[in-house]
Amino acid sequence: MVSNSPYKTTERKSHSSLVNFLIRLIREKPLGTLGAFITLLMLFTGIFANYLAPYGVNEPHLSNTLEGPSLRFLLGTDNLGRDMLSQVIYGARISMIVGLCASTLASFTEIFIGILSGYFGGVFDLIVQRFVDAVMCLPGLILMIVIISIVGPGMLPVIIVLGITMGIGGSRVIRSVTMSVKENVYTQAAVAIGCPTKRILIRHILPNIAAPIIINFSTILPGVILTEDSLSFLGYGIPPPAPSWGGMISGNARLFMFRDPWMGIWPGLSLSLVVYGVNMFGDAIRDLLDPRLRGGVGRYGLKVKKVKYGEDT
Amino acid sequence: MIIPTVWIVTLIIFFMIRLIPGTVVDLMGAEFQQVSQAQMGTQAIEHALGLDKPILTQYGHWIGNMILHGDLGNSLWKGTPVINDILKRWPVTVELGLMGIIISQLIALPIGIYSAIRQDTWGDYLARSFAILSLSIPTFWLATMVIVLPSIWWNYAPPLTYIPFNVDPVGNLKMFIIPAVVLSLSMAGAIMRMVRTMMLEVMRQDYIRTAWAKGLKERVIVFRHAIKNALIPVVTILGGQLTLLVGGTVIIENIFQLPGMGQLVLSAATNRDYTVITAVMLIFAVGLVFINLTVDLTYGFLDRRIQYR
Repeated sequence: MVSNSPYKTTERKSHSSLVNFLIRLIREKPLGTLGAFITLLMLFTGIFANYLAPYGVNEPHLSNTLEGPSLRFLLGTDNLGRDMLSQVIYGARISMIVGLCASTLASFTEIFIGILSGYFGGVFDLIVQRFVDAVMCLPGLILMIVIISIVGPGMLPVIIVLGITMGIGGSRVIRSVTMSVKENVYTQAAVAIGCPTKRILIRHILPNIAAPIIINFSTILPGVILTEDSLSFLGYGIPPPAPSWGGMISGNARLFMFRDPWMGIWPGLSLSLVVYGVNMFGDAIRDLLDPRLRGGVGRYGLKVKKVKYGEDT
Repeated sequence: MIIPTVWIVTLIIFFMIRLIPGTVVDLMGAEFQQVSQAQMGTQAIEHALGLDKPILTQYGHWIGNMILHGDLGNSLWKGTPVINDILKRWPVTVELGLMGIIISQLIALPIGIYSAIRQDTWGDYLARSFAILSLSIPTFWLATMVIVLPSIWWNYAPPLTYIPFNVDPVGNLKMFIIPAVVLSLSMAGAIMRMVRTMMLEVMRQDYIRTAWAKGLKERVIVFRHAIKNALIPVVTILGGQLTLLVGGTVIIENIFQLPGMGQLVLSAATNRDYTVITAVMLIFAVGLVFINLTVDLTYGFLDRRIQYR
């Protein structure tokens, strides 16, 4: 059984490292903090969309079509008289659901493939890696279009297809990290005392590859959001009545944009903002978690000054 | 290593279409009824496609025809060989892609290098924000805005009719330049950040310090000493960027109405013309495999140290 005292220390330690992480984020990465703020804002908007939106989703105001921004409709209305602000807010919910679900699925896929392939190695690794190679050679967007054209569009197919393809791509990193963690003495010790393989993978390897998993998640998330909206734009994503940002720019909407450009501007702007925020946040996380990149960035600047302006002489 | 990869690519493409739930034949039966009045039974369709044979025979047949006769099958709707369509359309996609790559390099290299050698100045911050911005703005939105906004503000519309290169080279380039710039922007951001990181890394190395100590000018150090080593890893990410580029060309071709492979695959996906889909995907995949191989070989050629490892 776990005795009382070490349990407490581990818990306190993990708690303080999270707080430390936040402090370092705010202190060292102002842009990353901004990104985190944007990400949280999007989460908040997505979760409370039905409280924040002034009008219902797809609620038509037929006498007010194609209006610019006004007091009644803060961001204007589209060709069916739907309030753009409400549509954009509900679009955040869709982007959030698809983004988080698909990225989580991608994480599970890459952990599964990466750990098994990296830990067992040998022929198994060779075969699996050829498959990973092959999938990475297939052009992603076309692959997804083809699969979705067969399965039929909708939120679930998009999440599954995006999650699995992105996860296969990300498994490379997890595999290489697993291979290096496998060589550590504590893993060998676990093997020596006869730990079952499942326990070694879950208790010894998984916690030690947490950083690359988080980094991968943060790089996959904006990619997933962008790809989902690209698919919706091409008509192979979330089908029209649901207010996906990509779908709002596609099809008929493009004809009406020549009369009311706001219709196209708002969804695109919000999409860019979210992807920007998630990117910046992800960059900051990577800088803070990846020890190889830590602290080495500012040196060249110093050297140039020394050499150029001769501070030593 | 390349032959098993290509072989697995063919396996995935071939079996994906057959194993995914929702049979193609049923969908096609429905489509046939909608498009032409003629009733076509499930078995007739299966027979026409050769789907009534065992699946391994089908695969062998498909591969054999492809390798021996260069035959990618016939389009299910038009009945003409797919290869004809592809031959007609690939120059558009390749031209768009090449121009996109070239323009993205023209944008990314100078800005990336500048941003590295003037690290932590306002120019650097500006360049980095530009890089992040170009990564965040979705291609399809930028392309739509490029068409919509000028037409509202200045009554100007970018040319949307395709002009073949051999008919009017200048008109062709004029037509391609706007789509290519839009396409290149998303790539430029990623490459720029890579160039910057690599330059920073190289500028910290001992031989650069030696060059400074010799009293060489900054221009000479950057362009003769640093740049060569910094650009080697950049070549490798081009391979990964190309997969994204293919996705980008599909979107750009759709918006700017260029008759390329992307349009072909989109219309094939709508019609569920699966011989066209498999053919186009196979060509893209094999193309990417070979380009990646070339990139790997170039890498060894550029960095002679690799051979000794």
